[in-house]
Amino acid sequence: MTEQANWKPRDRTAMARRVAADIPEGWYVNLGIGQPTQIANLLDDREVIIHAENGVLGVGPVAGPDEYDPWLVNPGKKVVTLVKGGAYVHHADSFAMIRGGHIDLCVLGAFEVSESGDIANWATSDTDDAPAVGGAMDLCAGAKRLWVLMDHMTKNGEPKIVRTCKLPLTAPSAVRRIYTDLAVLDVTPEGLSLVEMVRGLSFDELQARTGAPIKRRS
Amino acid sequence: MIDKFVQTMAEAMDGVKDGSTVLIGGFGSVGQPVQLIDALIEQGAKDLTVVSNNSGIGLVGLGRLLHLRRVRKIICSFPRSPDPVAFLELYRKGQIELEIVPQGTMAERMRAAGAGIPAFFTATSVGTRLAEGKEVREINGRTYVLEHALKGDLALVESWEADRWGNLTYRKSGRNFNPVMAMAAELSVVQTMHVRELGEIDQECIVTPGIFVDRVIHVPDGGPK
Repeated sequence: MTEQANWKPRDRTAMARRVAADIPEGWYVNLGIGQPTQIANLLDDREVIIHAENGVLGVGPVAGPDEYDPWLVNPGKKVVTLVKGGAYVHHADSFAMIRGGHIDLCVLGAFEVSESGDIANWATSDTDDAPAVGGAMDLCAGAKRLWVLMDHMTKNGEPKIVRTCKLPLTAPSAVRRIYTDLAVLDVTPEGLSLVEMVRGLSFDELQARTGAPIKRRS
Repeated sequence: MIDKFVQTMAEAMDGVKDGSTVLIGGFGSVGQPVQLIDALIEQGAKDLTVVSNNSGIGLVGLGRLLHLRRVRKIICSFPRSPDPVAFLELYRKGQIELEIVPQGTMAERMRAAGAGIPAFFTATSVGTRLAEGKEVREINGRTYVLEHALKGDLALVESWEADRWGNLTYRKSGRNFNPVMAMAAELSVVQTMHVRELGEIDQECIVTPGIFVDRVIHVPDGGPK
C-alpha cells in the first residue's frame, strides 16, 4: 500500500484544534463529554464562553491543586474552574439556554452521522441495556448549530458517515458540519459537501472511506 | 414564629408514604443529598419512583436505596456513573423499571410541575424512539412533542446555606436540579451545609425562596465526596 505513505490522519489534538479554529470570539459553546471537551484548551486568547449543561456558564480549565473545589464539576464530572465573568444557573435555566436557541454551537461526538445530518450518538443498539441519553437530545434539537467531531471510520474500518443511520437517532437532520481525522464535510440540503481533506489524501480515497456520496465544491 | 428547621432525620422524613415519587437533587455526587437519602432508607418507605439525573454511585446514597429494593421505577437521563452497580444489577434482572428522559426535558417537566403548567411542547426527542407514542404537533412549521409535568410527593435537596424560613443558596454547580425539584414536590426537605440567621443571607442572592421549602435539617458534613 504505497498510497498510505502519502498522507496521515489528524491526531486527536489536531482534530480538536481544527474545530477550535472555526469558532469565533463571542460564541457561547457547549462541548460534549470526551474529545470535544479538549477544544476549550485550543481557543488561544479568543473569548469564547463554554456552557456546561449542569449549570455552569463560563467553564474554565480543569482545576489545579490550589483552586480545587469539588462543588464545581463539568458534565464529565471533572473538577473545573469558572472564568472571570462566568455564572451559575440551575438545570431548568441551563436547558432554557439550550432549548431557547441561545447556544451558538454544540460540538458532540457520534457513532454515526447520515448524509442528511441525522445523528446517532446515545444508544449503541436497539437492545442496549440502559442507554444513557443525558443532554444530547436537548443539545441536538436546541443549539443554533451542531458540529460533530469523530473518527472518519470505526475501529473495524466501517464508515461512520452513512446514507442512513442504523443506530437509534439522537436527532434527525441536526448536524451542520462534520470534522474527522481525514476531512471536514458540510451537511447541505444537497448532501455532503467537501470543505477540506488532510494533505495528500485523494478525493477517491476519501470517498472510499465514506458511506455516502460527497460533492466536491466547484 | 416560622421555623422550618427540624432536629432529627426522623422528623425530616415524617409521613413519607410507600409508593411516593421522590425527586432527588444532584448531578453525580455534587448537590446530592446523601444524608437525606440515608434517612429515607431508615424511614423505610418502599415501592418508590425516584427521579434523579443519575442512577447512583456504588452502594452509598441512591445506590444503597436501589440495592435495598426500595425503588420500583427510576426516571433519569443518564443511568450511568463510575460505578452504577446497584442499578445495573436490578435492571438486568428486570427488577426495576427505567424511564429515560432527556436531561433538559426532565428539568423542564419538574419546573412545569412547580409552575402549574400541566404539559408543554418541545423539539427535544422528536424523530427518536424517546418520542414514540407521544402526542406531536406542528407549530410554526416545526414539529414538537408533548411532555407532561413531573410532580414529586417528596423532594430531597442539598443547599449551601439555609435560614429558618427555608430560604436557600447553593454552591457552584451544586445548584443543578435542586431548585427545580424544591419547586416541584408536595413536601420539600432540605439538608444544608450552613445555617444562617433570618436576614443574614443577602436577599439578592437567595436562589430558592422559602415558599418552596417545607423542612430543613443541618448536615454540616454533606457535600460532594
